[in-house]
Amino acid sequence: MTTQMLEDLRDHIIARLEDDIFEANIAVGELTLVGRAESIGKILRFLRDDPECLCKQLVDICGVDYPARSKRFEVVYNLLSFQQNLRIRVKVEADEDTPVPSVVELFPSANWYEREAWDMYGIYFSDHPDLRRLLTDYGFSGHPLRKDFPLTGFVEVRYSEEQKRVVYEPVKLTQDFRTFDFMSPWEGAHYILPGDEKAEEKAS
Amino acid sequence: MADVDIENYSLNFGPQHPAAHGVLRLVMELDGEIIERCDPHVGLLHRGTEKLIEQKTYLQAVPYFDRLDYVSPMCQEHAFALAVEKLLGIEIPLRAQYMRVLWSEITRILNHLLNITTHAMDVGAMTPILWGFEEREQLMVFYERVCGARLHSAYFRPGGVHQDMPAGLAEDILAWAENFPKVLEDMEALLLENRIFKQRNVDIGIATAEEAMAWGFSGAMLRGSGVRWDLRKSQPYEVYDRMDFDIVIGKHGDCYDRFVLRCEEMRQSLRIIKQSIEEMPAGPVTSMSTKISPPKRGEMKRSMEALIHHFKLYTEGYRVPEGEAYAAVEAPKGEFGVYLVSDGTNKPYRCKIRAPGFVHMAAMDFLCQGHMLADAPAVLGSMDIVFGEVDR
Repeated sequence: MTTQMLEDLRDHIIARLEDDIFEANIAVGELTLVGRAESIGKILRFLRDDPECLCKQLVDICGVDYPARSKRFEVVYNLLSFQQNLRIRVKVEADEDTPVPSVVELFPSANWYEREAWDMYGIYFSDHPDLRRLLTDYGFSGHPLRKDFPLTGFVEVRYSEEQKRVVYEPVKLTQDFRTFDFMSPWEGAHYILPGDEKAEEKAS
Repeated sequence: MADVDIENYSLNFGPQHPAAHGVLRLVMELDGEIIERCDPHVGLLHRGTEKLIEQKTYLQAVPYFDRLDYVSPMCQEHAFALAVEKLLGIEIPLRAQYMRVLWSEITRILNHLLNITTHAMDVGAMTPILWGFEEREQLMVFYERVCGARLHSAYFRPGGVHQDMPAGLAEDILAWAENFPKVLEDMEALLLENRIFKQRNVDIGIATAEEAMAWGFSGAMLRGSGVRWDLRKSQPYEVYDRMDFDIVIGKHGDCYDRFVLRCEEMRQSLRIIKQSIEEMPAGPVTSMSTKISPPKRGEMKRSMEALIHHFKLYTEGYRVPEGEAYAAVEAPKGEFGVYLVSDGTNKPYRCKIRAPGFVHMAAMDFLCQGHMLADAPAVLGSMDIVFGEVDR
C-alpha cells in the first residue's frame, strides 16, 4: 500500500470519527490512530464495517507501560483487513483505575488478548465476560510486564521433600541481574562519574 | 424405567497428557461424552519472554524467538528481524533474502512434518511419526550444517543471516527435495483414505470462513476454512514475490481439510526450495552496514576499526531509532507477528509477540462445543499447538 493511499484512508477515517480520534500518523508505512478510550468500541466497529477498511480481523491487543505519563498504559489494537489488504493500528490510553471498554462483542478473539493484558499490566476491561488471569500462576499477585515489576519477580517455587508439596518462597539470588550503562560519559551521564566526586569536594 | 437425572460433570484433562502436545490443562464440562464447555488453562510454560527481551539488546533478543515455537525457530526470528529492519530502515542483500526464503520453507516442512504425524498419532496412527521423524532428522542436519544448531538456530539476525551456507549443502538439499515427495506420498497413502482416520477427522471442529476471521485464525486454520490468504502472497516480504507457488485452501474448515492442506503445503514449499536454490545469486549475506552487522573474523585480525566495531556490537549493540513497527510473517502455524516499540536505546522498550497458536487455543472452546470428548485431541492436533508460543 502506497503512502498516498494510506493518507487518503487516514483522511477518510478522521472525517468520519473526528470526535473519537485525537491523532493519526503514518510512520514506516503503518497507519496509527490514537483514540479516546471510551469510544474504542465505536472506532473498531467503524473500522470493521466501513467498506474502505473492512478490518474483519483483530490480530492483536497489547499493553505498553509508560510509568512517567499521567495515564501510564497504552492499549494497542492491531487490525487486519483481508479485502483491502491493509493493517491499521489503534491506540488508546488507560491507567490502573480507568477501565477500557471490552471489544469481545465485536471480535471474539479479543477475549484472551484482554485477559492477557489484564494479567500482564492490570488494565481493566469493563464488560468483559470472563476477566481472569491467563498466563501467570494460580494465585499470582502483581502484573509482571509493568516496568516497575522486577525482572526476577518476588517468589520462587520448589518441591519440598519434607512437606511433600510445592512451596513458594521469597526469591533468593546469589547475584543480581547485571545491567550495564551504555551512556557515553561524553554525552552526559546522569550520575557522578567514578573519580569525579573528589573534584567536587575540592571545588567546595 | 424411571427417568434418571444425570448431571453434567467436569473433567480435568492434563496438564500432563500425551495428547495435549505439551502442558495444557483443559477443564471440560461434559454432558455424557459431549463437551458442553471447555476452558483451557494455559500459561504453564510461561517464561516471561517479553519481559526478558526488554532487558536485552536487539541481538541478544534473537535466541528467545527460537524458544517460542521450538519446531519452527527460524520463521520467528524472521518476524523479529523484519521488525528491527523496518525501524532501522535498512534493506538486506539479495542473497540473504533468498537464504531467508529457503530456510523459512525448510522450517515450514520441518514444522508440518511434526504436526501431521503427531496429529495422526493422536487419532491412532503410529507409523507416520516414525517415517516423518526420519525426514525431520535430515532437515535438522541441514540446520546444523548451516548454523551449527539443530533446533535453536539464532540464524536470521537483523541485517541478514548469520553466515553463508557451506559448500555442498545446496546440492544435498536439492537431492533431499527429490526424494521427499515419495515419503510424503507413502504417508498420505496410509492416512488420507483410511477409514478410521476419516471418521476421526471429517466434520470435526468446523469453522466457517466468517468465524475463522472473527476468531483471528491465520495460516492453515484460516485457509482450511476457504479464505485465500497467505502473507507470502498478499503482503510479500523478502523475495516471495519472485517465487512461483500456489496457495492451498480447504473447503469445509474441518480437521481433515486442515490435515490435507498441510500435506499439500509441503509440496508447495518444495517448489519454493528448488526455485530459491536455483535462482540464488552470489554475494554477501549480511548487511554491509558495519554499524549493524559484525565484521568478518579475518578482517578483525588486520583492521583496528573492525575490532572496535565487533566489540561495540557485542557489548552495547546498536541503537534503533525511536518508533514502533509491526512485522508479520507467514510462519508454519499462521501469522507470527512482532510489535516492537523502540525508545531509541539499544534495548527494545516493548516487544509484543503475536503468536498464532495463542489465538487458535482461545478458540478451543468454540471448536469443541458439541463434540465428543475423543474429538478434543483431534481438534487440538489440527490446530498445530506448541505451548512455547502460546504461553511465551
